[in-house]
Amino acid sequence: MASIIGHNPHSNSIGYSFSQPTNAGNKEHSFYPYTDNGGSVLGITGKDFAVLAGDTRSTSGYNINSRYVPKVFKIGGDQETGEGAHILLSVVGFAADGLALKERLDAVVKMYKYQHGKPMSVRACAQRLSTILYGKRFFPYYVQAILAGLDEEGKGALYGYDPVGSYEREQCRAAGAASSLIMPFLDNQVNLKNQYIPGSGEGHALEAKKPEPMPRDTVEQVVRDAFTSAVERHIEVGDGLQMLIITADGIEEIYHPLKKD
Amino acid sequence: MMDQLVRQYSRSPHQNEFYSEQEQHDLTEGLPPLSLKFSLPPVANHSAFLRAMTDDHSNPNCPIKLAHGTTTLAFRFQGGIIVCTDSRATAGSWIASQTVKKVIPVSRLSRGEDKPGSEPVPGLLGTMAGGAADCQYWLRYLSQQCTLHEIRHKRRITVAAASKILANLTYAYKGYGLSMGTMLAGVTPQEGPALYYIDSDGTRLPGNMFCVGSGQTFAYGVLDANYRYDLTEEEALELGRRSILAAMHRDAYSGGFINLYHVKEEGWVHHGFNDMNPIFWKTKLEKGEFSNVTSEL
Repeated sequence: MASIIGHNPHSNSIGYSFSQPTNAGNKEHSFYPYTDNGGSVLGITGKDFAVLAGDTRSTSGYNINSRYVPKVFKIGGDQETGEGAHILLSVVGFAADGLALKERLDAVVKMYKYQHGKPMSVRACAQRLSTILYGKRFFPYYVQAILAGLDEEGKGALYGYDPVGSYEREQCRAAGAASSLIMPFLDNQVNLKNQYIPGSGEGHALEAKKPEPMPRDTVEQVVRDAFTSAVERHIEVGDGLQMLIITADGIEEIYHPLKKD
Repeated sequence: MMDQLVRQYSRSPHQNEFYSEQEQHDLTEGLPPLSLKFSLPPVANHSAFLRAMTDDHSNPNCPIKLAHGTTTLAFRFQGGIIVCTDSRATAGSWIASQTVKKVIPVSRLSRGEDKPGSEPVPGLLGTMAGGAADCQYWLRYLSQQCTLHEIRHKRRITVAAASKILANLTYAYKGYGLSMGTMLAGVTPQEGPALYYIDSDGTRLPGNMFCVGSGQTFAYGVLDANYRYDLTEEEALELGRRSILAAMHRDAYSGGFINLYHVKEEGWVHHGFNDMNPIFWKTKLEKGEFSNVTSEL
């Protein structure tokens, strides 16, 4: 009986040239509670608006599990429609952790409104998100978060986070699987890194271009270019681009199809 | 009737100005419990789990890459304390940010205010090396404690006391996997200019000069060679800047912008957050330093 169970019917057929590990000892499985669901997000601010965008593909390993799983959320609004929200959050990494984090922050922002009788400022919300993330310092959320909204002066505000809550206000930030493809493009096109004014000097005397807030249509085009380019070179990015734009008038959502291969 | 009135008004006028027994107890046992409700993974050895997930030094393929901060320095001199840092944060070999603010004001009055070249702002300065989130979070916690101290004792906290709050904290969390190397600098009436080094092992050292981070050796090299106690303010600021520049040049984990502060009796003054690249070329071409680097384009 034991010989029948232990027998591999294909053991004499042609296999791989490298040796297959047989039942040599017991394999120890460690506690691994995370899955990387891929995808990328990106945020850019302007003078009186902020844009947060993300692709809608959800992957697990080399499998594409869904072509529409949003990664950008409205915070502090109606449960179904998101109406009344004044803050945006994008999370990329492990989707389950991301969803749990979004639910937590949403609850905090709503409780703040009921307790204080005024909407939570983006600055306060940014600080709070940092403490929420740090609360799981020893069992982290597998997420990279970006928070966006309008600050006290009505200017676009964007905060980028690491998985345990270190954060910084920035003009633009890309996160997720294709962040290493998108971020250098943003440095060049939004912050004008390594761009100089032609004819302003010779050699080291060349004057660097100074970044200025970009108009909304330019920002939207930069976001589309960033994602269409990332789709060409990253397997975990594609299917659709969800773009949320927050202005003093509210939040606008734009969906833009991406390649589905 | 008269007796009653006399009794009513004959109480010591300051009777209610001192702390009640309960308040005194709260003050001596005043620190909050150290378990601040952090969630832990459902495994026997949580620090091993954390290391497997987040320590890119022991496991370059770890799934969660945390942002780390790098070269920072502070030194005492005749005119106060100079604090200077780079601004790069790395997650593995990826540069997560080139614009990190690694000098963190630790006091109620100065929080959130950071305008270069304006009036001195009273309060302490903390620096950030190691895990960015650890430093940001615990220096924020420290600044809460300093504010509470200010309210309870009606005077600003000493650097010695503030650094001890932080050191007790890191010692309580020893072995949990925190990563921070912090310097606290400040000038108080009780101590004069004071500088402390605190790290995640629980170390707390007073001193005249510290460099912390992966670029510390390069910074020490320049600082040790040119340091004197009687440096002028101008010379001291330039030495801080030059030491960080050396570290940025030789240490791959350091770079970005030079963040320079001066702590004086009246408070700290911010002396700019400047791109290292023009400073490097100016140092090379005008002073003839870094002559190993060719300047041909």
